[in-house]
Amino acid sequence: MNILKHFFLAFAVTSLVVAPSPKAETIRATGDLGLVVERASGSLLLIDQSERTALARIEGLGDLSHASLVYSPDQRFAYVFGRDGGLTKVDITTRKIVGRIVQSGNAIGGAISDDGRLVAVSNYEPGGVRIFDADTLELVADIPAGSKTIGLVDAPGRKFVFSLWDDGETWIADLSSGDPIVTRIEDIGTNPYDALITDDGRLYITGLFGEDGLTAIDMWDPEPHPIRVLPEYGRGQKDLPVYKMPHLEGWARAGREFVLPAVGHHQVLWIDAQNLSETGRTDTYGQPVFAMARPDGRQVWVNFAHPLNDTIQVIDTVSKKVVHEFKPGKAVLHMEFTARGHEVWVSVRDAGKVIIYDTRTFEKRGEIDAESPSGIFFTSRAHKMGL
Amino acid sequence: MSQIHAQPGSEPMFRLLALFLLFCSPAVGEETSPVGKLINLVHQDCGSCHGLTLKGGLGPDITPHSLTHYDIETLSMVVLDGIPETAMPPWRPIMSEKDAERIAEYLLRGELK
Repeated sequence: MNILKHFFLAFAVTSLVVAPSPKAETIRATGDLGLVVERASGSLLLIDQSERTALARIEGLGDLSHASLVYSPDQRFAYVFGRDGGLTKVDITTRKIVGRIVQSGNAIGGAISDDGRLVAVSNYEPGGVRIFDADTLELVADIPAGSKTIGLVDAPGRKFVFSLWDDGETWIADLSSGDPIVTRIEDIGTNPYDALITDDGRLYITGLFGEDGLTAIDMWDPEPHPIRVLPEYGRGQKDLPVYKMPHLEGWARAGREFVLPAVGHHQVLWIDAQNLSETGRTDTYGQPVFAMARPDGRQVWVNFAHPLNDTIQVIDTVSKKVVHEFKPGKAVLHMEFTARGHEVWVSVRDAGKVIIYDTRTFEKRGEIDAESPSGIFFTSRAHKMGL
Repeated sequence: MSQIHAQPGSEPMFRLLALFLLFCSPAVGEETSPVGKLINLVHQDCGSCHGLTLKGGLGPDITPHSLTHYDIETLSMVVLDGIPETAMPPWRPIMSEKDAERIAEYLLRGELK
Protein backbone atom coordinates (compact mmCIF):
# COMPACT_ATOMS: atom_id res chain seq x y z
CA MET A 1 0.00 0.00 0.00
CA ASN A 2 2.82 2.30 0.99
CA ILE A 3 4.65 1.49 -2.21
CA LEU A 4 1.55 2.29 -4.16
CA LYS A 5 1.28 5.70 -2.43
CA HIS A 6 4.90 6.48 -3.28
CA PHE A 7 4.30 5.48 -6.82
CA PHE A 8 1.35 7.84 -7.12
CA LEU A 9 3.28 10.65 -5.47
CA ALA A 10 6.17 10.15 -7.87
CA PHE A 11 3.75 10.08 -10.75
CA ALA A 12 2.07 13.26 -9.60
CA VAL A 13 5.39 15.07 -9.25
CA THR A 14 6.50 13.89 -12.67
CA SER A 15 3.33 15.03 -14.33
CA LEU A 16 3.77 18.46 -12.74
CA VAL A 17 7.22 18.71 -14.26
CA VAL A 18 6.31 17.49 -17.72
CA ALA A 19 2.97 19.27 -17.91
CA PRO A 20 3.49 22.93 -17.00
CA SER A 21 0.24 24.05 -18.69
CA PRO A 22 -2.52 25.16 -16.31
CA LYS A 23 -4.72 22.43 -14.93
CA ALA A 24 -8.20 22.31 -16.31
CA GLU A 25 -9.74 23.38 -13.02
CA THR A 26 -7.65 26.56 -12.83
CA ILE A 27 -9.04 27.82 -16.13
CA ARG A 28 -12.37 29.54 -15.82
CA ALA A 29 -13.94 30.77 -19.04
CA THR A 30 -15.72 34.11 -18.66
CA GLY A 31 -18.78 33.67 -20.89
CA ASP A 32 -21.16 32.88 -18.03
CA LEU A 33 -19.61 35.17 -15.43
CA GLY A 34 -20.84 38.53 -14.24
CA LEU A 35 -20.19 41.33 -11.79
CA VAL A 36 -22.50 42.72 -9.13
CA VAL A 37 -21.89 46.27 -7.92
CA GLU A 38 -21.79 46.55 -4.14
CA ARG A 39 -22.57 50.23 -3.96
CA ALA A 40 -21.84 51.08 -0.35
CA SER A 41 -18.52 49.27 0.04
CA GLY A 42 -16.94 50.13 -3.30
CA SER A 43 -16.56 46.49 -4.26
CA LEU A 44 -17.62 44.08 -6.98
CA LEU A 45 -18.82 40.54 -6.54
CA LEU A 46 -17.70 38.18 -9.31
CA ILE A 47 -20.49 35.67 -9.90
CA ASP A 48 -20.87 32.47 -11.90
CA GLN A 49 -24.22 32.35 -13.62
CA SER A 50 -24.30 28.59 -14.28
CA GLU A 51 -23.20 27.62 -10.79
CA ARG A 52 -25.27 30.40 -9.17
CA THR A 53 -22.43 31.28 -6.83
CA ALA A 54 -20.13 34.14 -5.95
CA LEU A 55 -16.51 33.43 -6.84
CA ALA A 56 -14.67 36.42 -5.43
CA ARG A 57 -14.97 39.95 -4.15
CA ILE A 58 -12.87 42.66 -5.76
CA GLU A 59 -12.33 45.72 -3.60
CA GLY A 60 -11.00 49.24 -3.84
CA LEU A 61 -13.17 50.80 -6.53
CA GLY A 62 -14.17 54.00 -4.70
CA ASP A 63 -17.73 55.38 -4.58
CA LEU A 64 -19.92 52.98 -6.53
CA SER A 65 -23.31 54.57 -5.92
CA HIS A 66 -25.03 54.53 -9.32
CA ALA A 67 -22.07 52.67 -10.80
CA SER A 68 -22.19 50.82 -14.08
CA LEU A 69 -19.71 48.90 -16.19
CA VAL A 70 -18.98 47.63 -19.68
CA TYR A 71 -16.94 44.67 -20.89
CA SER A 72 -14.10 44.32 -23.39
CA PRO A 73 -15.01 42.29 -26.51
CA ASP A 74 -13.02 39.29 -25.21
CA GLN A 75 -15.06 39.37 -21.98
CA ARG A 76 -11.91 39.50 -19.91
CA PHE A 77 -11.86 43.10 -18.73
CA ALA A 78 -14.56 45.18 -17.09
CA TYR A 79 -14.45 48.98 -17.13
CA VAL A 80 -16.22 50.26 -14.05
CA PHE A 81 -17.62 53.79 -13.91
CA GLY A 82 -17.87 55.11 -10.35
CA ARG A 83 -19.80 58.10 -9.08
CA ASP A 84 -16.59 59.73 -7.85
CA GLY A 85 -15.20 59.94 -11.39
CA GLY A 86 -13.21 56.73 -10.97
CA LEU A 87 -12.62 54.59 -14.04
CA THR A 88 -11.36 51.18 -12.98
CA LYS A 89 -10.23 48.35 -15.24
CA VAL A 90 -10.73 44.93 -13.72
CA ASP A 91 -9.34 41.64 -15.06
CA ILE A 92 -12.00 39.10 -14.19
CA THR A 93 -9.75 36.14 -15.01
CA THR A 94 -7.20 37.11 -12.35
CA ARG A 95 -9.86 38.93 -10.28
CA LYS A 96 -7.65 41.97 -9.89
CA ILE A 97 -7.75 45.69 -10.60
CA VAL A 98 -5.28 46.28 -13.44
CA GLY A 99 -5.80 50.01 -13.93
CA ARG A 100 -7.54 52.85 -12.17
CA ILE A 101 -7.78 56.59 -12.73
CA VAL A 102 -9.98 59.27 -11.23
CA GLN A 103 -10.90 61.15 -14.39
CA SER A 104 -13.41 63.69 -13.03
CA GLY A 105 -15.09 64.88 -9.85
CA ASN A 106 -18.46 63.26 -10.49
CA ALA A 107 -19.45 60.80 -13.21
CA ILE A 108 -22.60 58.98 -14.27
CA GLY A 109 -21.70 56.15 -16.62
CA GLY A 110 -19.83 55.11 -19.70
CA ALA A 111 -19.62 53.15 -22.90
CA ILE A 112 -17.12 51.17 -24.97
CA SER A 113 -16.64 51.71 -28.71
CA ASP A 114 -17.75 49.06 -31.21
CA ASP A 115 -14.10 48.08 -31.85
CA GLY A 116 -13.39 47.80 -28.12
CA ARG A 117 -10.51 50.29 -28.28
CA LEU A 118 -12.06 53.34 -26.60
CA VAL A 119 -13.86 53.81 -23.32
CA ALA A 120 -15.96 56.98 -22.86
CA VAL A 121 -17.17 58.42 -19.55
CA SER A 122 -20.09 60.79 -19.01
CA ASN A 123 -19.41 63.46 -16.39
CA TYR A 124 -21.56 65.63 -14.12
CA GLU A 125 -18.60 67.55 -12.72
CA PRO A 126 -17.05 69.22 -14.72
CA GLY A 127 -19.57 67.98 -17.32
CA GLY A 128 -18.80 66.78 -20.82
CA VAL A 129 -17.39 63.43 -21.91
CA ARG A 130 -13.86 62.09 -21.71
CA ILE A 131 -12.57 59.26 -23.85
CA PHE A 132 -9.77 56.88 -22.88
CA ASP A 133 -7.62 54.19 -24.48
CA ALA A 134 -9.10 50.85 -23.42
CA ASP A 135 -5.65 49.28 -23.00
CA THR A 136 -3.82 51.96 -21.05
CA LEU A 137 -6.62 54.25 -19.76
CA GLU A 138 -4.70 57.21 -21.22
CA LEU A 139 -6.82 60.20 -22.20
CA VAL A 140 -7.56 60.14 -25.94
CA ALA A 141 -10.10 62.97 -26.21
CA ASP A 142 -11.75 65.50 -23.92
CA ILE A 143 -15.12 66.85 -25.03
CA PRO A 144 -16.19 69.68 -22.70
CA ALA A 145 -19.90 70.47 -22.98
CA GLY A 146 -20.59 73.06 -20.28
CA SER A 147 -23.35 70.78 -19.01
CA LYS A 148 -23.94 67.58 -17.13
CA THR A 149 -24.06 64.80 -19.69
CA ILE A 150 -26.41 61.82 -19.62
CA GLY A 151 -27.46 58.92 -21.82
CA LEU A 152 -23.98 58.12 -23.16
CA VAL A 153 -24.05 55.14 -25.56
CA ASP A 154 -21.81 53.64 -28.23
CA ALA A 155 -22.95 53.70 -31.85
CA PRO A 156 -21.62 51.91 -34.94
CA GLY A 157 -18.57 53.42 -36.65
CA ARG A 158 -16.59 54.30 -33.53
CA LYS A 159 -19.15 56.84 -32.38
CA PHE A 160 -20.46 57.87 -29.00
CA VAL A 161 -23.78 59.65 -28.50
CA PHE A 162 -24.81 61.59 -25.38
CA SER A 163 -27.16 64.37 -24.27
CA LEU A 164 -26.86 67.55 -22.22
CA TRP A 165 -29.08 67.75 -19.13
CA ASP A 166 -28.71 71.50 -18.76
CA ASP A 167 -28.92 72.53 -22.42
CA GLY A 168 -31.28 70.02 -24.07
CA GLU A 169 -28.92 68.95 -26.84
CA THR A 170 -27.68 65.63 -28.20
CA TRP A 171 -24.09 65.34 -29.40
CA ILE A 172 -22.66 62.68 -31.68
CA ALA A 173 -18.89 62.25 -31.32
CA ASP A 174 -17.31 60.45 -34.26
CA LEU A 175 -13.85 59.03 -33.46
CA SER A 176 -13.38 57.01 -36.63
CA SER A 177 -10.57 59.26 -37.87
CA GLY A 178 -8.70 59.99 -34.66
CA ASP A 179 -9.75 63.36 -33.25
CA PRO A 180 -13.43 63.55 -32.38
CA ILE A 181 -15.77 65.23 -34.86
CA VAL A 182 -18.80 66.40 -32.91
CA THR A 183 -22.26 66.88 -34.44
CA ARG A 184 -24.56 68.95 -32.22
CA ILE A 185 -28.31 68.47 -32.38
CA GLU A 186 -30.13 71.31 -30.62
CA ASP A 187 -33.64 71.58 -29.17
CA ILE A 188 -34.15 67.98 -28.19
CA GLY A 189 -36.26 69.07 -25.18
CA THR A 190 -35.93 70.24 -21.57
CA ASN A 191 -33.80 68.26 -19.14
CA PRO A 192 -33.10 64.97 -20.92
CA TYR A 193 -32.48 62.48 -18.09
CA ASP A 194 -31.41 59.29 -19.88
CA ALA A 195 -31.32 57.77 -23.35
CA LEU A 196 -31.11 54.47 -25.19
CA ILE A 197 -29.95 53.30 -28.58
CA THR A 198 -31.77 50.53 -30.39
CA ASP A 199 -29.86 47.32 -31.02
CA ASP A 200 -29.53 48.11 -34.73
CA GLY A 201 -27.85 51.39 -33.83
CA ARG A 202 -30.47 53.38 -35.71
CA LEU A 203 -32.59 55.20 -33.13
CA TYR A 204 -31.29 57.18 -30.17
CA ILE A 205 -34.25 57.90 -27.89
CA THR A 206 -34.01 60.42 -25.06
CA GLY A 207 -36.38 60.65 -22.09
CA LEU A 208 -37.29 64.17 -20.97
CA PHE A 209 -37.81 65.20 -17.38
CA GLY A 210 -38.64 68.85 -18.03
CA GLU A 211 -41.47 68.29 -20.49
CA ASP A 212 -43.83 65.63 -21.80
CA GLY A 213 -42.71 63.00 -24.24
CA LEU A 214 -39.45 61.72 -25.62
CA THR A 215 -37.17 62.69 -28.49
CA ALA A 216 -35.83 60.29 -31.11
CA ILE A 217 -32.89 60.81 -33.43
CA ASP A 218 -32.49 58.72 -36.59
CA MET A 219 -28.78 57.93 -36.74
CA TRP A 220 -29.14 56.75 -40.34
CA ASP A 221 -30.31 60.20 -41.43
CA PRO A 222 -27.41 62.15 -43.03
CA GLU A 223 -28.66 65.22 -41.16
CA PRO A 224 -30.06 63.85 -37.90
CA HIS A 225 -32.70 66.02 -36.23
CA PRO A 226 -35.02 65.75 -33.21
CA ILE A 227 -38.23 63.76 -33.76
CA ARG A 228 -40.80 64.33 -31.00
CA VAL A 229 -42.39 61.17 -29.61
CA LEU A 230 -45.63 61.23 -27.58
CA PRO A 231 -45.53 65.02 -27.11
CA GLU A 232 -49.02 64.90 -25.61
CA TYR A 233 -48.15 62.21 -23.09
CA GLY A 234 -49.20 63.14 -19.58
CA ARG A 235 -50.77 66.42 -20.62
CA GLY A 236 -53.65 67.43 -18.41
CA GLN A 237 -52.70 64.85 -15.82
CA LYS A 238 -51.01 65.81 -12.64
CA ASP A 239 -47.46 64.47 -12.51
CA LEU A 240 -46.55 62.60 -9.35
CA PRO A 241 -43.37 63.54 -7.49
CA VAL A 242 -40.41 61.66 -8.98
CA TYR A 243 -38.24 60.17 -6.23
CA LYS A 244 -35.99 58.32 -8.64
CA MET A 245 -35.32 59.00 -12.30
CA PRO A 246 -36.23 56.04 -14.50
CA HIS A 247 -33.54 54.30 -16.51
CA LEU A 248 -33.82 53.86 -20.23
CA GLU A 249 -30.72 51.72 -20.66
CA GLY A 250 -32.72 48.65 -19.77
CA TRP A 251 -35.13 49.56 -22.57
CA ALA A 252 -37.29 46.85 -23.89
CA ARG A 253 -38.19 45.97 -27.44
CA ALA A 254 -41.01 43.51 -27.62
CA GLY A 255 -41.71 42.49 -31.18
CA ARG A 256 -42.60 45.65 -33.06
CA GLU A 257 -42.94 47.81 -29.97
CA PHE A 258 -40.77 49.55 -27.41
CA VAL A 259 -41.79 49.50 -23.78
CA LEU A 260 -40.56 52.45 -21.74
CA PRO A 261 -41.07 53.65 -18.18
CA ALA A 262 -43.22 56.78 -17.86
CA VAL A 263 -41.89 59.66 -15.76
CA GLY A 264 -44.13 60.86 -12.93
CA HIS A 265 -46.86 58.30 -13.67
CA HIS A 266 -47.58 54.74 -12.56
CA GLN A 267 -47.39 53.44 -16.12
CA VAL A 268 -45.23 51.94 -18.83
CA LEU A 269 -45.67 53.24 -22.37
CA TRP A 270 -45.84 51.18 -25.57
CA ILE A 271 -44.50 52.75 -28.74
CA ASP A 272 -44.56 51.43 -32.31
CA ALA A 273 -40.92 50.90 -33.28
CA GLN A 274 -41.58 51.83 -36.92
CA ASN A 275 -43.57 55.06 -36.75
CA LEU A 276 -42.98 55.96 -33.06
CA SER A 277 -46.69 56.41 -32.32
CA GLU A 278 -48.20 55.35 -29.02
CA THR A 279 -49.75 51.87 -29.06
CA GLY A 280 -50.77 51.54 -25.44
CA ARG A 281 -50.21 52.14 -21.74
CA THR A 282 -50.13 49.63 -18.93
CA ASP A 283 -50.91 50.77 -15.39
CA THR A 284 -48.29 49.61 -12.92
CA TYR A 285 -47.84 49.31 -9.17
CA GLY A 286 -45.61 52.36 -8.89
CA GLN A 287 -43.40 54.66 -10.94
CA PRO A 288 -41.24 52.33 -13.03
CA VAL A 289 -37.45 52.58 -12.77
CA PHE A 290 -36.44 49.78 -15.15
CA ALA A 291 -38.68 48.12 -17.74
CA MET A 292 -36.55 45.25 -19.02
CA ALA A 293 -37.58 42.84 -21.76
CA ARG A 294 -36.67 39.20 -21.44
CA PRO A 295 -34.31 38.57 -24.38
CA ASP A 296 -37.07 36.86 -26.40
CA GLY A 297 -39.32 39.91 -25.92
CA ARG A 298 -42.25 37.93 -24.49
CA GLN A 299 -42.12 39.44 -20.99
CA VAL A 300 -41.23 42.81 -19.53
CA TRP A 301 -40.07 42.94 -15.93
CA VAL A 302 -40.60 46.23 -14.11
CA ASN A 303 -39.27 47.53 -10.79
CA PHE A 304 -40.31 50.73 -9.04
CA ALA A 305 -39.13 53.89 -7.33
CA HIS A 306 -39.04 54.54 -3.59
CA PRO A 307 -41.24 54.00 -1.56
CA LEU A 308 -42.75 51.21 -3.69
CA ASN A 309 -39.42 49.57 -4.49
CA ASP A 310 -40.15 46.22 -2.84
CA THR A 311 -42.15 44.89 -5.77
CA ILE A 312 -41.63 43.50 -9.28
CA GLN A 313 -44.35 43.21 -11.90
CA VAL A 314 -44.10 41.04 -15.00
CA ILE A 315 -46.04 42.21 -18.07
CA ASP A 316 -46.97 39.88 -20.92
CA THR A 317 -46.13 41.71 -24.13
CA VAL A 318 -48.86 40.09 -26.21
CA SER A 319 -51.74 41.09 -23.94
CA LYS A 320 -49.91 44.11 -22.37
CA LYS A 321 -51.27 42.91 -19.02
CA VAL A 322 -49.53 42.32 -15.70
CA VAL A 323 -49.34 38.53 -15.35
CA HIS A 324 -47.25 38.24 -12.21
CA GLU A 325 -46.45 40.40 -9.19
CA PHE A 326 -44.24 39.58 -6.22
CA LYS A 327 -42.16 41.18 -3.50
CA PRO A 328 -38.53 40.02 -3.43
CA GLY A 329 -37.75 42.44 -0.57
CA LYS A 330 -37.02 46.08 0.21
CA ALA A 331 -35.15 48.08 -2.42
CA VAL A 332 -35.19 46.03 -5.60
CA LEU A 333 -32.60 48.02 -7.56
CA HIS A 334 -31.81 46.07 -10.71
CA MET A 335 -32.66 43.02 -12.80
CA GLU A 336 -30.43 41.21 -15.30
CA PHE A 337 -31.50 38.40 -17.61
CA THR A 338 -29.28 35.53 -18.62
CA ALA A 339 -28.39 35.83 -22.30
CA ARG A 340 -31.19 33.51 -23.39
CA GLY A 341 -33.62 34.65 -20.73
CA HIS A 342 -34.18 31.45 -18.76
CA GLU A 343 -33.32 33.20 -15.50
CA VAL A 344 -33.37 36.70 -14.11
CA TRP A 345 -31.03 37.89 -11.37
CA VAL A 346 -32.48 40.54 -9.05
CA SER A 347 -30.56 42.73 -6.62
CA VAL A 348 -32.38 43.42 -3.36
CA ARG A 349 -30.33 46.08 -1.64
CA ASP A 350 -31.72 46.10 1.89
CA ALA A 351 -31.88 42.30 2.10
CA GLY A 352 -28.22 42.16 1.04
CA LYS A 353 -29.03 39.53 -1.55
CA VAL A 354 -29.06 38.80 -5.25
CA ILE A 355 -32.02 36.48 -5.87
CA ILE A 356 -32.31 34.26 -8.94
CA TYR A 357 -35.70 33.45 -10.50
CA ASP A 358 -36.84 31.16 -13.28
CA THR A 359 -38.59 33.46 -15.78
CA ARG A 360 -41.17 30.88 -16.88
CA THR A 361 -42.29 29.40 -13.57
CA PHE A 362 -41.28 32.48 -11.46
CA GLU A 363 -39.77 30.04 -8.94
CA LYS A 364 -36.78 31.10 -6.92
CA ARG A 365 -33.69 29.21 -8.10
CA GLY A 366 -31.10 30.49 -5.68
CA GLU A 367 -29.66 33.47 -3.87
CA ILE A 368 -26.26 34.97 -3.22
CA ASP A 369 -25.22 37.19 -0.35
CA ALA A 370 -24.00 40.60 -1.48
CA GLU A 371 -23.44 43.86 0.33
CA SER A 372 -25.97 46.55 -0.73
CA PRO A 373 -26.11 45.13 -4.26
CA SER A 374 -27.18 47.41 -7.11
CA GLY A 375 -26.29 46.83 -10.79
CA ILE A 376 -25.82 43.28 -12.11
CA PHE A 377 -23.81 42.93 -15.31
CA PHE A 378 -23.32 39.64 -17.16
CA THR A 379 -20.41 39.37 -19.57
CA SER A 380 -22.86 38.68 -22.43
CA ARG A 381 -23.31 42.47 -22.53
CA ALA A 382 -19.92 42.63 -24.26
CA HIS A 383 -21.59 41.81 -27.57
CA LYS A 384 -24.56 44.14 -27.35
CA MET A 385 -24.66 47.69 -28.61
CA GLY A 386 -25.59 50.47 -26.23
CA LEU A 387 -25.08 48.51 -23.01
CA MET B 1 -10.12 40.39 -2.69
CA SER B 2 -11.32 37.23 -1.05
CA GLN B 3 -12.66 33.92 -2.26
CA ILE B 4 -16.31 33.41 -1.54
CA HIS B 5 -18.48 30.34 -1.62
CA ALA B 6 -22.20 30.48 -1.20
CA GLN B 7 -22.48 27.62 1.32
CA PRO B 8 -23.49 29.08 4.66
CA GLY B 9 -21.40 28.31 7.70
CA SER B 10 -18.20 27.69 5.78
CA GLU B 11 -15.05 29.49 6.89
CA PRO B 12 -15.00 31.88 3.91
CA MET B 13 -18.51 32.86 4.96
CA PHE B 14 -17.08 34.16 8.24
CA ARG B 15 -14.56 36.15 6.28
CA LEU B 16 -17.42 37.58 4.27
CA LEU B 17 -19.21 38.50 7.47
CA ALA B 18 -16.08 40.16 8.81
CA LEU B 19 -15.75 42.10 5.57
CA PHE B 20 -19.37 43.12 5.79
CA LEU B 21 -18.92 44.46 9.31
CA LEU B 22 -15.70 46.18 8.36
CA PHE B 23 -17.23 48.05 5.47
CA CYS B 24 -20.59 48.72 7.01
CA SER B 25 -21.14 52.47 7.04
CA PRO B 26 -23.21 53.84 9.93
CA ALA B 27 -25.90 54.59 7.35
CA VAL B 28 -26.37 50.91 6.66
CA GLY B 29 -25.45 49.49 10.03
CA GLU B 30 -27.99 51.32 12.18
CA GLU B 31 -30.98 51.06 9.95
CA THR B 32 -33.11 49.31 12.54
CA SER B 33 -33.25 52.33 14.88
CA PRO B 34 -35.46 55.30 13.88
CA VAL B 35 -32.41 57.55 13.51
CA GLY B 36 -30.60 54.86 11.52
CA LYS B 37 -33.60 54.51 9.24
CA LEU B 38 -33.66 58.25 8.53
CA ILE B 39 -29.94 58.37 7.83
CA ASN B 40 -30.33 55.33 5.60
CA LEU B 41 -33.12 57.10 3.70
CA VAL B 42 -30.95 60.19 3.20
CA HIS B 43 -28.01 58.25 1.80
CA GLN B 44 -29.92 55.65 -0.21
CA ASP B 45 -32.94 57.58 -1.49
CA CYS B 46 -31.91 61.25 -1.48
CA GLY B 47 -28.70 59.65 -2.72
CA SER B 48 -30.48 58.57 -5.93
CA CYS B 49 -29.94 62.11 -7.17
CA HIS B 50 -27.49 63.66 -4.70
CA GLY B 51 -25.12 60.68 -4.57
CA LEU B 52 -24.61 58.10 -1.83
CA THR B 53 -22.02 60.37 -0.21
CA LEU B 54 -24.31 63.40 -0.81
CA LYS B 55 -21.57 65.11 -2.82
CA GLY B 56 -23.91 65.53 -5.77
CA GLY B 57 -25.15 63.82 -8.90
CA LEU B 58 -27.96 65.02 -11.09
CA GLY B 59 -28.88 67.02 -7.98
CA PRO B 60 -26.39 69.32 -6.23
CA ASP B 61 -23.91 68.64 -3.43
CA ILE B 62 -25.83 68.60 -0.13
CA THR B 63 -22.98 68.07 2.30
CA PRO B 64 -23.01 70.53 5.26
CA HIS B 65 -20.51 73.02 3.78
CA SER B 66 -22.73 73.45 0.70
CA LEU B 67 -25.83 74.19 2.76
CA THR B 68 -24.54 76.94 5.04
CA HIS B 69 -27.09 79.40 3.63
CA TYR B 70 -29.95 77.26 4.99
CA ASP B 71 -31.48 77.02 8.44
CA ILE B 72 -33.32 73.92 9.63
CA GLU B 73 -36.77 75.40 9.05
CA THR B 74 -36.14 76.51 5.45
CA LEU B 75 -34.34 73.30 4.54
CA SER B 76 -37.09 71.11 5.94
CA MET B 77 -39.59 73.10 3.83
CA VAL B 78 -37.46 72.38 0.73
CA VAL B 79 -37.54 68.69 1.62
CA LEU B 80 -41.33 68.74 2.18
CA ASP B 81 -42.35 70.89 -0.77
CA GLY B 82 -39.54 70.43 -3.27
CA ILE B 83 -38.25 73.13 -5.61
CA PRO B 84 -40.62 73.98 -8.50
CA GLU B 85 -39.17 73.84 -12.04
CA THR B 86 -36.38 71.53 -10.85
CA ALA B 87 -36.07 67.77 -10.33
CA MET B 88 -36.33 68.17 -6.52
CA PRO B 89 -39.63 66.48 -5.61
CA PRO B 90 -41.88 67.27 -2.64
CA TRP B 91 -41.47 64.55 0.00
CA ARG B 92 -44.57 65.62 1.97
CA PRO B 93 -46.76 62.83 0.50
CA ILE B 94 -44.54 60.18 2.08
CA MET B 95 -42.81 61.97 4.97
CA SER B 96 -43.86 63.59 8.27
CA GLU B 97 -42.88 67.19 9.10
CA LYS B 98 -40.96 65.90 12.10
CA ASP B 99 -38.89 63.55 9.93
CA ALA B 100 -38.19 66.33 7.41
CA GLU B 101 -36.93 68.50 10.27
CA ARG B 102 -34.68 65.68 11.52
CA ILE B 103 -33.33 65.18 7.99
CA ALA B 104 -32.64 68.92 7.65
CA GLU B 105 -30.82 68.77 10.99
CA TYR B 106 -28.75 65.82 9.76
CA LEU B 107 -27.89 67.53 6.48
CA LEU B 108 -26.81 70.76 8.17
CA ARG B 109 -24.84 69.20 11.02
CA GLY B 110 -23.56 66.06 9.32
CA GLU B 111 -24.73 63.96 12.25
CA LEU B 112 -27.90 63.06 14.09
CA LYS B 113 -28.30 62.03 17.69
